[in-house]
Amino acid sequence: MRYLPLTDADRREMLAVVGAKSVDELFRDVPQSARLGAKVAGLPDHLGELEVERAFLDLAAKNVSPSQAPFFIGAGAYRHHVPASVDYMIQRGEFLTSYTPYQPEITQGTLQYLFEFQTQVTLLTGMEVANASMYDGSTGAAEAVLMANRVTRRHKALISGGLHPQYRRIIETTAKWEGYSAVVGKTDVEGLEDLIASIDKETSCVVVQNPSFFGHVRDFGKLADACHEAGALLIVVVTEVVSLGLLKPPGEMGADIVVCEGQSIGNGLGFGGPYVGLFATKEKYMRQMPGRLVGETVDADGKRGFVLTLSTREQHIRREKATSNICTNAGLCALAFTVHLTLLGEAGLKRLAELNHAKASELADRIETVPGVKLVNQSFFNEFTVRLPKPAAPVVEALAAKRILAGVPVSRLLPEDPSVENLLLLAATETATEAGMAPLIAGLKEVL
Amino acid sequence: MAPSQDRSQGRTGGIVSGGEVAPATVTGNRALQIEEPLIFELGQPGRTGVDLPEPPKVKDRLNGLRRSGEIGLPGLSEPQVVQHYTRLSQKNYAIDMGVYPLGSCTMKHNPRLNEKVARFAGIGDLHPLQPVSTVQGALELIDRLAHWLKTLTGMPAVAMSPAAGAHGEMCGMMAIAAALEAKGERAQRRTVLAPESAHGTNPATAAALGFTVKPIPANERGRVDLAALKAALGPDVAAIMLTNPNTCGLFESEIIEISKAVHAAGAYFYCDGANFNAIVGRVRPGDLGVDCMHINLHKTFSTPHGGGGPGAGPVVLSAALAPYAPYPWIVKNGDAWTVAEDGAKVDGQPLGRLKAFHGQMGMFTRALSYIMSHGADGLKQAAEDAVLSANYVMASLKDVMTPAFEGPCMHEALFDDSFLKDTGVSTLDFAKAMIDEGYHPMTMYFPLVVHGAMLIEPTESQAKEDLDLFITALRALAEKAKSGTAAEEFKAAPRYAPRRRLDETLAARKPVLRWRPSNSFKQAAE
Repeated sequence: MRYLPLTDADRREMLAVVGAKSVDELFRDVPQSARLGAKVAGLPDHLGELEVERAFLDLAAKNVSPSQAPFFIGAGAYRHHVPASVDYMIQRGEFLTSYTPYQPEITQGTLQYLFEFQTQVTLLTGMEVANASMYDGSTGAAEAVLMANRVTRRHKALISGGLHPQYRRIIETTAKWEGYSAVVGKTDVEGLEDLIASIDKETSCVVVQNPSFFGHVRDFGKLADACHEAGALLIVVVTEVVSLGLLKPPGEMGADIVVCEGQSIGNGLGFGGPYVGLFATKEKYMRQMPGRLVGETVDADGKRGFVLTLSTREQHIRREKATSNICTNAGLCALAFTVHLTLLGEAGLKRLAELNHAKASELADRIETVPGVKLVNQSFFNEFTVRLPKPAAPVVEALAAKRILAGVPVSRLLPEDPSVENLLLLAATETATEAGMAPLIAGLKEVL
Repeated sequence: MAPSQDRSQGRTGGIVSGGEVAPATVTGNRALQIEEPLIFELGQPGRTGVDLPEPPKVKDRLNGLRRSGEIGLPGLSEPQVVQHYTRLSQKNYAIDMGVYPLGSCTMKHNPRLNEKVARFAGIGDLHPLQPVSTVQGALELIDRLAHWLKTLTGMPAVAMSPAAGAHGEMCGMMAIAAALEAKGERAQRRTVLAPESAHGTNPATAAALGFTVKPIPANERGRVDLAALKAALGPDVAAIMLTNPNTCGLFESEIIEISKAVHAAGAYFYCDGANFNAIVGRVRPGDLGVDCMHINLHKTFSTPHGGGGPGAGPVVLSAALAPYAPYPWIVKNGDAWTVAEDGAKVDGQPLGRLKAFHGQMGMFTRALSYIMSHGADGLKQAAEDAVLSANYVMASLKDVMTPAFEGPCMHEALFDDSFLKDTGVSTLDFAKAMIDEGYHPMTMYFPLVVHGAMLIEPTESQAKEDLDLFITALRALAEKAKSGTAAEEFKAAPRYAPRRRLDETLAARKPVLRWRPSNSFKQAAE
């Protein structure tokens, strides 16, 4: 077996040193009734590289790759071009096959890029501090609510009807089992929701998304003021992080916690994961943050170095009193994010964001030429909602049959809400082309 | 015991002899150890690492919320970016470089085939919300991995979506809470039992869900004290959270009695599957009476640790807990695959949703590639080699270091610090001295139940010659420490790493968590 270096001769010698006749003796603490005599039944034996590759190629052939079809799907995961050097860098063994930097003297590479990552996240979001990443945006949003509950010692979260429905469900799930309440606003298709009147003295936080799930771009400055007046925190979720190259950052709107899905920068679509959650807040809440933090310090020779810090918040020290049970971050995805963002730089990110907005604007103009299709949004970044004259799900299926990946029927994510049945969410990034838009428009005209 | 490990090729002398101090260099670099500034100290306005077309002018639809002013991101060209991260990479130790015996973390070889297949077009580039008709192969892939996980563990169901082991713990414990609620016992059963040796995530998870955590002591054999456990069980107990093999690297020999007692008391058995690598292919947790267990795909199934993630933590579930599995899961209807998402009418009472989309697909792909490469035969062999290697290390060191417990271990060898008593050398010092010998230290000071713990997990990935050199190095260090004259030398370690010991107290007392122009470090300016 190509991955196992020990030979039978090695094994015999090692058993002799151990003083065991066979490896079975080493498993003698396993109760007799649970010992498997032979290998697990019903599973195939090992395969060579070629056979494994073939099996995966066969699986891949049963899918439609976005590279082979006009593609306009977003809803929390976005198709962007990732520079070749990003993927090269994350495959360097020193990054790929290292672990949590528990021994800082020999993991300065990981620690320094995470420190740089934390700084980039604060700049993008307009916040004071950021952690070394979360599993993804969706779990980060639920952690943000828990943090707000800790900070305010209150237990009622107010959730916008413009928040990604799966994010909302994760918060509701956490609320149910961890024992707080999550009050959810009405589905906010039009982007006109006003949550200020719903804030009261028990509200720990208000969770909004910008651009919203339906694509609307909004200013939450007044909402932030209302939150602060009531002693609550404002949590702003961003699922399309490229938008921060062009939009006023949540920190400037008065957000207390900002959570982003960072997938759009450096990370491919990957059928939904792994992604990388960005988590930023104000300095005064630093010690209530979940997740890992990297800080600057000096070594015994006075040289600058980096270490994991403030770990007294974490489970391996605090156990049942920890701020969270989380013990990993999304290290390698954070590396992809930070390498890509470093390549982009100030000018590159702004241009990338402009391109996205321009492509989406073009798509919006063209889609309005399809009879019966109505653009819902006044404002958007690279994604918007349209109302079709009939249910969106079968329209999307009919277009998929023509190998056009047209967007997400809102009903897939909100099956319980009949009012969204005809809504279709469409995204256009810098990867959208004329060669893709034309078949989409023609296909829609045909199918509707 | 170990053959000669003289690799000096006949040359004598080291890099620094006697008390000689290596002279300073102009740059501060030392050959391959290159000092690297932060990206914020490298950038120049006008530089970029991407070429993007000029965006067409369009009517702005940003609701007047255009960002004003600079973001503050530095500009670097592509060669600078590649050099920066390459230099950083060279400051990291990694599995690809050698023995990485970090106990409880299973730092095994990460095959590059797994990376390759995860990047195939049609796998790595799929959108999670594409119409299911266009992702049939992806759903089949998830189901195929699920089948392996269920079969290897002897469990009837698996929740695939948790993003990491700790997230899997949350999922499993929520399923237990949901099952208790369905029985009308959630208000009454508020206690979770966990051994003192448990991973910190176990009590943290239970506490997050509102349970009170009650520690169970270990017996002198490093296992759960069965009598103490039985005494703690009662109508208030929801579950026990138990790692098996446990964090002392030992199999819980009374596991069947434990699970029977737990079930008889109306509670559930959560097994922390962090150490599944020791038993995969040889023991099915389902045969031990486990109700749910998370599987760290980055441990047992070699998905890369990546500097601390991403992980993946599927949770296998017993028939009693399966009805409460969270959304989503894969369903086969005739020849077609589909996915049951929120709102789907299903049998059972899903506990809700834990993560957007379908779980860590990229990790599923890599784990399945690893599993198919090994097959049922290779997985069993891997577990046996991991256990044999750990026992070999323990047997080879037991006369100079102090094993914490008698008898064979499983996949990791646990030592305490009694061999260092009165030497002035601590577990930390010993670990730092290993760095100078070219090794990543073992896990230190965990589990907490053993004084000055050193937990060594060699995994199945190391050749015997490499284990022998590792053993030779540790024996020499142990003997040097015990000579009683080398404490200063140990305290000064590491000397040859990119950094000497770092001031962690300073980092925590005055946290600097980001670069700012004003706090740009003036390194050795004076």
